[in-house]
Amino acid sequence: MTQALLMRYLLWPLVKFLGAFIVVQAIVAAMNWVERRLLGLIQARLGPNRVGWHGLLQIVADPIKFLLKEDIVPSSSEKVAYFLGPMLPLIPTFMVYCLIPFGPPPMFIAARVNVALLLVLALTSTGVYGIILGGWASNNKYSLMGGLRSAAQMVSYEVPFGLSIVGVLMICGSLDLVRIVDYQANNAWNLFPQIVAFFIFFVSMNAENNRTPFDLPEAESELVAGYHTEYSAMKFAFFMLAEYSAMIVNSCLVTLLFLGGWTMAIDGKGLTTQQLVSMGVLGGIIGLAIFLTKMMFFMFVYIWFRATFPRFRFDQLMDLGWKWMIPLALGNIVVTGVFVLIGQERLMYWIGLATLGAIGFHIFRKPVPAVKAKTAHEVAHAS
Amino acid sequence: MANYSVLLVAALIVLSVPVLTLFIITPLIRASRANKVKLEPYECGVPASSLAFDHRFSVRYFLIAVLFIVFDVETVFLFPWAIRFKQLGLFGAVEMAVFLAILLIGYFYAWKRKVLSWV
Repeated sequence: MTQALLMRYLLWPLVKFLGAFIVVQAIVAAMNWVERRLLGLIQARLGPNRVGWHGLLQIVADPIKFLLKEDIVPSSSEKVAYFLGPMLPLIPTFMVYCLIPFGPPPMFIAARVNVALLLVLALTSTGVYGIILGGWASNNKYSLMGGLRSAAQMVSYEVPFGLSIVGVLMICGSLDLVRIVDYQANNAWNLFPQIVAFFIFFVSMNAENNRTPFDLPEAESELVAGYHTEYSAMKFAFFMLAEYSAMIVNSCLVTLLFLGGWTMAIDGKGLTTQQLVSMGVLGGIIGLAIFLTKMMFFMFVYIWFRATFPRFRFDQLMDLGWKWMIPLALGNIVVTGVFVLIGQERLMYWIGLATLGAIGFHIFRKPVPAVKAKTAHEVAHAS
Repeated sequence: MANYSVLLVAALIVLSVPVLTLFIITPLIRASRANKVKLEPYECGVPASSLAFDHRFSVRYFLIAVLFIVFDVETVFLFPWAIRFKQLGLFGAVEMAVFLAILLIGYFYAWKRKVLSWV
């Protein structure tokens, strides 16, 4: 009896967690190669293409190199905190994979908790401790400034990040990620009624992860490498791991909150959760595939941003967070509240759709004169 | 409850990853030829003029942290309200409007006192 209970409530969820953990680690390792290769393609150069077929073995070579490199602990550093720095952010970002449903509920979620979203937010926001601890403990001026900047930035964007979710909660009425997804399958993607919230969420999530255009903590032209200037070998790798894992968590969150997660349905028609569950194993695989596709799209946008946008100045960054994002997020809550109160929720979906249409029209109105640039391939084979 | 215990055990499993690699695997296989110069704090190749602990940093970082506490508590307060928003109806909306108004007064006070502007 107890064995069966243990099996059901502890071992089986843990197996699922480990599965998610390994898959995500594989994605993180692969992202390293994908990012460099994509940046190369966007900037008309090649990127890593030497190790193995199209440089694919780079995925294996990098971790081996991290393991074998010398681990330098600066003599003036604060030793205990220096060790804790890279380890602290790792644990909560990995724990989050217990809570995120990667597919239709009973199968692809390790621990379904009814305050999942709040727990995810709480766990991911602890990432700032590791960064400020590592930056301070290195006892290096660049590290300290990078750590402080990073802390100020992450803390500032935590507020609009949280506030933008409130609008979604007002519509869906639950903190359970599965219920939020089901609500979207039965109505439409939250992207439409909460388009402002989506915009705020997306910008803050870039800032939270210290990604370009908000990568001030690592501004290499002024701060060498920011908070991880003094870190080498595996400890540096842990910082990178935590960063990429947090990127994946945020991509998952934006997919779940705004893009309907693993479902592909409008108004309860299409691939809803019930539909997928009734299809059995095949439905699970389809759900997982839909989810991963949406998630990887956001990972791609992260890289796309990095290749496209120049870096903000620090005061611009703080201004954007405190003077624009927070009032905008509060305004979004008020507007959502008014629409829900007067019972015109449906209208929000149409307004959102119209806004998206207008943006699309604006982008595609004038065809940009095409400049025929040589592709990386042509450049490489020209001579 | 069972679901939270999964989280706890997962935390222990995850903790073992950095501990194993940092304290058991890498010490066995990594290179280690440290010398005095290598262990100096990095400062673009020249001997460090001073350490980070010798310096003070801008008080604005503290102000931002204090403001963050206020707004983050507000966000957490908004979460349960938002979930029950449809059931609470007009009463809940007015209650929250009063709370937000008080908060916004503080926000604009901070703005006027130039806490939010960095330069």
